[in-house]
Formats: sequence, C-alpha cells, structure tokens
Amino acid sequence: MTKAYLSIEAVGVSFTRGAVTTEVLREVSLKVDEGEFVSIIGHSGCGKSTLLNVVAGLVPVTTGAVILDREAVEAPGPDRAVVFQNHSLLPWLSVYENVALAVDKVFAGRKSRAERRDWVMHNLALVQMTHAKAQRPSEISGGMKQRVGIARALAMQPKVLLLDEPFGALDALTRAQLQDRVMEIHAQLGNTVLMVTHDVDEAALLSDRIVMMTNGPAARIGQVQPVGLSRPRHRLEIDREAAFLDARHQVIAFLHARHGAPREAA
Amino acid sequence: MSVPAPKFDLDLQVPPPPDLAMVHPLPRKAGEGRRRLVQALVRMAGAVVPPVVVLALLLGLWQLLTMGQTGGLPAPTTVWLESKDLILHPFFDHGGVDKGLFWHVLTSLSRVGAGFGLAAVVGVGLGVLVGVNLWAHRGLDPIFQVLRTVPPLAWLPISLATFREAQPSALFVIFITAIWPIVINTAAGVRNLPSDYVNVARVLRLSPVEYFLRILLPATTPHVFTGLRIGIGMSWLAIVASEMLLGGVGVGFFIWDQYNSSRISDIVVALLWVGITGYALDRLVALAGRLISRGSAS
Repeated sequence: MTKAYLSIEAVGVSFTRGAVTTEVLREVSLKVDEGEFVSIIGHSGCGKSTLLNVVAGLVPVTTGAVILDREAVEAPGPDRAVVFQNHSLLPWLSVYENVALAVDKVFAGRKSRAERRDWVMHNLALVQMTHAKAQRPSEISGGMKQRVGIARALAMQPKVLLLDEPFGALDALTRAQLQDRVMEIHAQLGNTVLMVTHDVDEAALLSDRIVMMTNGPAARIGQVQPVGLSRPRHRLEIDREAAFLDARHQVIAFLHARHGAPREAA
Repeated sequence: MSVPAPKFDLDLQVPPPPDLAMVHPLPRKAGEGRRRLVQALVRMAGAVVPPVVVLALLLGLWQLLTMGQTGGLPAPTTVWLESKDLILHPFFDHGGVDKGLFWHVLTSLSRVGAGFGLAAVVGVGLGVLVGVNLWAHRGLDPIFQVLRTVPPLAWLPISLATFREAQPSALFVIFITAIWPIVINTAAGVRNLPSDYVNVARVLRLSPVEYFLRILLPATTPHVFTGLRIGIGMSWLAIVASEMLLGGVGVGFFIWDQYNSSRISDIVVALLWVGITGYALDRLVALAGRLISRGSAS
C-alpha cells in the first residue's frame, strides 16, 4: 500500500457541551494524492466543514489522525491554507496588506523584503486583483473579496489548499468565473485541493474525485465518485460528456435518493 | 424617409464621444457651476434653517414666560444685559477665581484630560484582560457591573476621605466615572472578535504579540472608541458636578459661585459653554476613532 500525500485515517470528531456529547464524524478515512482536486459534498450539517477544519487543524480529532506529507496534523498552519466561506479578510487592511500579512509571516527570513513584495503582487496577479491592491475589503465586491482570500491562501504555498464552500455566497455568474479561475490556477500550480461544497455541478466540474458524506450525526463517507474527465476542462464542452453526466447523476442519486435531506429522512 | 434619418444620427453619435465632449463642456460647465452653487446653498439652508427657527421659537417662548418678573429665571434679554461682559470677554484674568469662562473651562478640561486619559489606559487594559481571560471575566465582570451603576457624585465623599485633597479627588471621580464604559465596551469587542479573524491568526501561526497588535487591537478599535465616547461624555458630566463641591477654578465651581452670588444670568452663559464643550469633546473622540480605525469604526 502506497502512502498517500494527505491521509485522513479513521477520524472521529465529537463535541461535548455540558453533559451532551454530539458525534459529528465517525470513522472517516480518505486518501488524497499530491496534485489531486477532491470535493466533499453532503447535506447541510453533515459535518463536511468539520472534516475540512480537522485537516486545517482548527478542530481537534477525537479519534484517528490526519497525516499530511508524512507529518501528523496537530495544529493549524500555513501548509494547510484555508479559504473561508465568508472570505475573512481583515477589514482594516488593504487588499495588498491582507495578502502581505500572510506572506510576511510565512516567508519571514526566507525571502527578502523586495521578494516578499513581488510574491504578494504575483499572487494578486494570479487572481487578477492587482488593480485593487490599495482598496479595503469593504470597497470591493464579494467575488473580489473571495479572489483575494484565494490569493492569500495561495501565497502561503500550502501543501494542501482547503476551500470551505468558497463560492457559496456569490451570484451564479461570479461563481462560474471564479470556478474557471480556480481550475486555471490548479492546472498552473498543481496544488492539492480539498474543497467543501454543496453544489453538485461545481463538484463535478472541478474535482478529480467527489466524496459524498452521509447525513449527520456521526457522518461517514458514503461513496466516492471519480470524475473521469480529462483536463483542461471547459464548462461549455463537458456538460454533455458522459463522464460529467455520470458523475453528476451518481452524486444527485446519492444525495437525494439514498440520503435525502435530514428533514425528509426524519 | 424621415424615419431612418434620425436612426443613422443616433448610430453615428454614440461612437465618437470625445469630439462632442470637446465642444460642449465649457458653456455647460458655467451654467452647471451656478446651478450647483444654488443646489449647495439650498442644501445648506435645509440644514441650518430648521435649528435656527426652533432656537428662535424657544428663545421667544422663554422671553415671553420670563419677561417682567423679578428674580427666578432671567429672560434672554436680561441674560444679555447682565452678562454681556462674560459673553464678550471669555479671556480676562483678574487673578484668583475671577477669570473669564475660557479659563474655567480650560481648567475643567485639563482635569477631565488627566482623569479620562488614565481611565482610557487602565480601562482598555482591563477590558482586554476581561475579554481574553475567562477567569478574569468571571471574577471581575460582576464587580464592574455593580460599580458602574454608582453615580459619579457618590464617589466624591469617599474619594475626599481617601485623598484628603481636592485635586486628586476630582481626578479620581473622573477616572472612576469614565472607566466602566471603556472596560465594558473593550471587553465586549474582544469577546465578540469574529472567529474568522481568530482562524486566520491560527492558520498563520501568529505569535501572541503579533495576534494582539495585528488582529485583536485593530478588530476591537471600533468598540474601544464607542466606550471612549461614552466615557468622555460621562466624565464631562462628572467634572461639573464634582467641581461644584470642590471649589477653586473650574466651570463647575464657577456655576456654584454665581448661584451663591445670585448671578443667574452668568450661570446661563456658563451652561452654554459646558454644553458646547461637551459636544466638542464627543465629536473629537468620534473623529479620533474614525481616523485611527481608518473608517471602519461606527
């Protein structure tokens, strides 16, 4: 058995509040190869974000372990950069300063001041945000904020990029643009990406594999669907291809037929 | 035939805007400038006229109610006649407590500055402690909640008994009055720090010092300044009241002194000074907050 780049091994997470213990995840195991793009999909409240936060180190595991590049994950760190759903840019810093905060921290001592500045600009250029570098988050649109969030995460040169419903709060057109941008960046840099989403089309378009989670509490991985599409992918070309339609169908069948929304099941 | 002609005109007019823009702006600008000036004047009048009218009505009502009576509240005209010197010469200084109102207000302000400055430093420090540390919160918050309801003047006797001198007692009353809103707002700001910011700091592995300076402090600045604004207002309330009892120079004592010499008109003038100064203090702290938090403060 080959060792995977990112290995989630029998992870269980329980939260205890007072006398009540809630089991969120049970025995979740997943192996992700270097450069792979994996989506996690499931109904609201199934614990998919919790799983992402476990990999990020923001939520401690109750049982099991997460191993990234042969090292156990115990705390958050810049090698697992997160793009949060609500961008989480610091409102008192400009676009440039938000990215520079990460770059200065991660590359302090490894890059000179000029190199760090170039690196910030390089990453802003990747998401086409150099024009707004002096603006504050409150002065730019939601899609632009999310692009800056992606630039900040990419600038940390993470071993794995964690996307937590990154386009959930955006309108459909902006979302499509950003998805294309993420695909281009992934093709260019070959990042390992773990993305949480509730959008079936998004998962099928972007991912190499789609991980489907059962409903919580005590959510597990129900099924893993490979997306047999070659890259680069173009949204207009793939949406009639059998591999895309098949992956999409499998996910919808899983989410709706076999594991309906929690309320329907109850 | 007449139908397609304007259509063509339209098509031709849209693409080359530079030529049109070159010809038209000058004459248009002149007319526009005058119209804008008029608009600005109308807008200014909209802001200035209502308060002026209401003020005139209130003064008129006051004049009507107090005219002709002797003693009691003086009419506005009486105030003007009796206190003209005080109104027109705020900077005179005949030594002792016989000074223009400017000097009284300045003395009061310096006391507020010292007491409030100390309250700001200690209050923000305590607020951060209470906000960050759960045990400090559990231990101190109930005490703060009780002490903050004590009226400023209630602190004065105990303060006099402790310090045995007027000046430190007045400062202490300012300090103890202003500190609670600062502590409570700062603590609330720290406790309600969005978890996103904390997560960013954790992913970046910021050190505690970096976290404090780069995340906590800027994120709580708007809350801190809310506390500072309430605090400066309360300390201005407290200084006037405490000076009435402490004596010496200061606008509070001035009011008390004029009451004892039955110069009610002078009190009316002093009240105006107190009100305008308090308003200015509030705006000053609000402005500082806006500048420091670079627009993100409310």
